[in-house]
Amino acid sequence: MVETLRPRRRFRQPSVIPGFGLTFGYALTCLGLVVLLPLAALVARASGLGLSGILEVASDPRVASALKVSFGVSLVAALVASVFGFLVAWVLTRYRFPGRRLVDAVVDLPFALPTAVAGIALASLYAPNGLVGEQLEKIGIKAAYTPVGIFIAMVFIGLPFAVRTVQPLIAEIDKEIEEASATLGATRWRTLTRVVLPPLIPAVLTGFALAFARGVGEYGSIIFIAGNLPYVSEIAPLLIVIKLSEFDYGGAAAIATIMLAISFLTLLLINLIQAWSRRRFGYV
Amino acid sequence: MSETLVPASFAAADRAAAPPASVVTEGGSVRWLLTGVAILFLALFLVLPLVTVFAQAFAKGFDAYLAAFREPDAWSAIRLTLTVAAIAVPFNLVFGVAASWAIAKFEFVGKSLLITLIDLPFSVSPVVSGLIYVLLFGSQGLFGVFLAEHGIQILFALPGIVLATIFVTFPFVARELIPLMQEQGTAEEEAALTLGASGFHTFLTVTLPNIRWGLLYSVLLCNARAMGEFGAVSVVSGHIRGLTNTIPLHVEILYNEYNFVAAFAVATVLAGLALVTLVIKSVLEWRYADELASGRAH
Repeated sequence: MVETLRPRRRFRQPSVIPGFGLTFGYALTCLGLVVLLPLAALVARASGLGLSGILEVASDPRVASALKVSFGVSLVAALVASVFGFLVAWVLTRYRFPGRRLVDAVVDLPFALPTAVAGIALASLYAPNGLVGEQLEKIGIKAAYTPVGIFIAMVFIGLPFAVRTVQPLIAEIDKEIEEASATLGATRWRTLTRVVLPPLIPAVLTGFALAFARGVGEYGSIIFIAGNLPYVSEIAPLLIVIKLSEFDYGGAAAIATIMLAISFLTLLLINLIQAWSRRRFGYV
Repeated sequence: MSETLVPASFAAADRAAAPPASVVTEGGSVRWLLTGVAILFLALFLVLPLVTVFAQAFAKGFDAYLAAFREPDAWSAIRLTLTVAAIAVPFNLVFGVAASWAIAKFEFVGKSLLITLIDLPFSVSPVVSGLIYVLLFGSQGLFGVFLAEHGIQILFALPGIVLATIFVTFPFVARELIPLMQEQGTAEEEAALTLGASGFHTFLTVTLPNIRWGLLYSVLLCNARAMGEFGAVSVVSGHIRGLTNTIPLHVEILYNEYNFVAAFAVATVLAGLALVTLVIKSVLEWRYADELASGRAH
């Protein structure tokens, strides 16, 4: 019934505002030349290798171990970043303490600080003779030049994602439902775990996925602290750089394709979580 | 603040109308513990590295710090970084405004796909962002032979560095302006047009004032990333000293030569930029929260 009332479907709905053709065309041209064309070059190179070619590169022990380090360590780092990110977001939105705004601004530091600068700072802090590295050494933990160092760098750059995705949702929680829960006799712990936390889970998962994706692709803040020992602390992005310096464009493209495929799956997962969240809780 | 620390029964007795604070928050000691852990974690993981940059830069005194800037290579790196940002940021500014005008002010098919594609560079590893330009313009790349025949240098030169920088900073302006302009709707522009203003005049006098703080906010973040980008630029630059090294690449070279004081000294330039960016960003968030895209106010 409604269908018959609708005007004929067209690409763009009519509007009195001018400039659609110009701005849309310009934006599309930029997008095509700067983003889509270069990415197409990668797709072309990867499809030239074929699935078997890509799998062959991935089965090389050094590549396989670099992928394992990148994805494995990033998973653990994203987990830790999510837990502490949630804590930081909760403290920043729910509690009032002196210097709260300063602490809030500090959370964005990894966004603002160039990765190379963060990288050399972390490396010198966690080196065996560094301020923190020395203390860790005493309790038997070697941080720099091991996967532990990679983990530290990934937590550093993943944290803001974890904080900033849950923070606005914590701020929006309706305190009346907490009061209702308390009135009905629930302890504070029970209110938190049964009433407050469940609607926040999608946001926590989104933050986790963002931190994970960022950790997998991260390069600058990791390479200085990682030591880059093949089979031990060599990350996949570094291997792409090494392949390129050997003019092995195919190998570099294959590793990049595998990384992109997994990042794409992560993004898809985020979208699914958000769609589920919209159905379940009515918001993202 | 102080009232939440008083036991609930007293608070209730004092202010009969207000609900007891303790019902919707944790006990005082738990609050202090959680706050302490959060601040300690941030101090250890985020603030300490920043402090280290300055501590290491001045570890051997002020003269040693200044010596890093007597190198001509340092200045050519600073010049190159400024040049790259001076091209990449305006490019993304114009793109971002055009894209958000088309997306926010009009309804068309495939809009969400377009937004996803604009966001794409954020989910690509910096190294891969550099790699795709190598695959396009490198000696074995798609246009490699053509470029070599015509003597055009893109890779290992300014154009390649600029392109890689534009790619990694591509979504910054658009993703801030799109939600902002969508929130503001089209009523004001329609009113201006009805009163006889031209399209361009409407944009300058109606739209631009509405988005100015959002624009400044996004340009600020875009610029910080453009000047600090390492991975993508490192792949396309070729690391030619004094020629294609940006500030972050210069820092890397100094560090790898064990010239730590100089590396951290040059790094303070970028760390200073990051601090200035954070301060202006925070001020914008506090003062103009309503005029930035939603979700920023906290």
